[in-house]
Amino acid sequence: MPESIPADSVGLVTPTSLQFTQPLELECGRRLDAYELVYETYGSLNKARSNAVLICHALSGHHHAAGYHSMEDKRPGWWDTAIGPGKAIDTNRFFVVALNNIGGCHGSTGPSSINPANGQPWGPDFPMVTVRDWVNSQARLADALGIQQWAAVIGGSLGGMQALQWAIDYPERIRHAAVIASAPKLSAQNIAFNEVARQSILTDPHFHGGRYYLHDTYPRQGLILARMVGHITYLSEDAMRAKFGRDLRAGKFHFGFDVEFQVESYLRHQGETFSRNFDANTYLLMTKALDYYDPARDFDNDLEAALTQTRCRFLVMSFTTDWRFAPQRSEEIVNALVRVGRNVSYAEIDTDKGHDAFLVDIPEYLKLFGAYMHRVAVEVNDAAS
Amino acid sequence: MLRPDLEIIRTWIPDDTRVLDLGCGDGQLLENLRDTKNVHGYGLEIDQDNIAACFERGVNVIEQDIDEGLGNIQDKRFDYVVMTQALQAVHRPDLVLSEMLRVGREAIVTFPNFGHWKVRGYLFFKGRMPVSPTLPHQWYNTPNIHLCTVHDFEAHCHERGYRILQAMVVDRHHEIGPMTRAMPNLFGEIALFRVTR
Repeated sequence: MPESIPADSVGLVTPTSLQFTQPLELECGRRLDAYELVYETYGSLNKARSNAVLICHALSGHHHAAGYHSMEDKRPGWWDTAIGPGKAIDTNRFFVVALNNIGGCHGSTGPSSINPANGQPWGPDFPMVTVRDWVNSQARLADALGIQQWAAVIGGSLGGMQALQWAIDYPERIRHAAVIASAPKLSAQNIAFNEVARQSILTDPHFHGGRYYLHDTYPRQGLILARMVGHITYLSEDAMRAKFGRDLRAGKFHFGFDVEFQVESYLRHQGETFSRNFDANTYLLMTKALDYYDPARDFDNDLEAALTQTRCRFLVMSFTTDWRFAPQRSEEIVNALVRVGRNVSYAEIDTDKGHDAFLVDIPEYLKLFGAYMHRVAVEVNDAAS
Repeated sequence: MLRPDLEIIRTWIPDDTRVLDLGCGDGQLLENLRDTKNVHGYGLEIDQDNIAACFERGVNVIEQDIDEGLGNIQDKRFDYVVMTQALQAVHRPDLVLSEMLRVGREAIVTFPNFGHWKVRGYLFFKGRMPVSPTLPHQWYNTPNIHLCTVHDFEAHCHERGYRILQAMVVDRHHEIGPMTRAMPNLFGEIALFRVTR
């Protein structure tokens, strides 16, 4: 709990919910007749409506990106390191919009919402949603908020894929795309990790074919395992060694299978916490959206052709020890953009924090990010005056 | 105000061209070319303070170490590839120059002239590695590991069959006095070359 709200925090925030009744055609061929999006905003929209920034969340994220919901909150929003007054995404200068994507489990329509067709939770009947579907739904949100063009669309990891897709699908509606710790598509290894996570959920006896809501239970063990394996891949070996080494909880071996090493304790704790706060069907959907993502697919597997659609300027950033979305993957985006002559800047941040680094308070990273966003702010304010 | 050597380079680059600046520093050349000549450019840089400065100028900058090559850039992607005051600091100036001429139609390089009379005099009279305002480092910590003279560079271009399209040798204030004009390899401190294959 924050004893007092820090000066560089957006402070206490309240989510808003918006109903959309115009059907959304989905990439999978199905459609959502109506849906709800929950979002938060920080800062204020300028007169020209040109200073809006969209934050796209990653696998387990949501609309609560910054600030606190109440003084009882243990932690601020998931990207509070980057969003706030004077921070890299400066809420004194930008109007920041963060939403929970369709398929999510934090208020936007998703598998745990009620299916109007039968009055029961959607569960496994919820349609498969993709990055492109999310971007389309986000464009509807922009319409509703009266935002014709985003100053920037920003995201890390799966969020970065949404920023990239925005640049391709809505070239006129985005000035800048910040694609952080991301990739133009997942590698086989990445899909493999996602499949392990999915299998652990799908084979949990409490999964009940995805209709666990009706049985008043949920695949707790499956979610825990999924998160544990995911979490390992989000950290670097160096960071794990530094944080845990081979430290023992009780200082000696017990020669059993209970938690002995600190790293085991940590992973179990992460998994437990996650399993209580995240919907298993949403986890399945999000990992599939990751796996399916490949904007080049619509262009004969030619990423350059896909990026030829774009008009915005790009910021691409990666982290040296990120092996889940390695710097080389970011460089694929950068190289393709240079080849097609698009404006792009790229920085690789030296850190031991692995994939999670994009969420962490790393001064060098936030300084560069802030320098880029400073320029964006100058541009949109010049354009507005 | 553009740095004097960059001002000279600026005049060598025509409007509406594509430029790659290797070791682009704080991006002032690319910014100026963009704003005054409608040049579309990218800089490569490894210093993150410089990268931040480029971000603030809205200059395209890519964190990439020139010593690791330009293999990610296709042939003749650029009209001009510029490298100021870095030729002497790369591991293999010959390979970098060759890569510059692969990815660009023309290369523009500047380097400190090791044939300057003071440098020669320093070594001759003191018997020690030359230290000067243009070459301020000590032998053990200098980033300048491949120093050359104006004649060395010209000979290298000749050997490789590169054509020198433009050359200018200036003093430390980027001016050309009568002595520098008469004997550039002896009186010039900074050399600027524009070459092609």
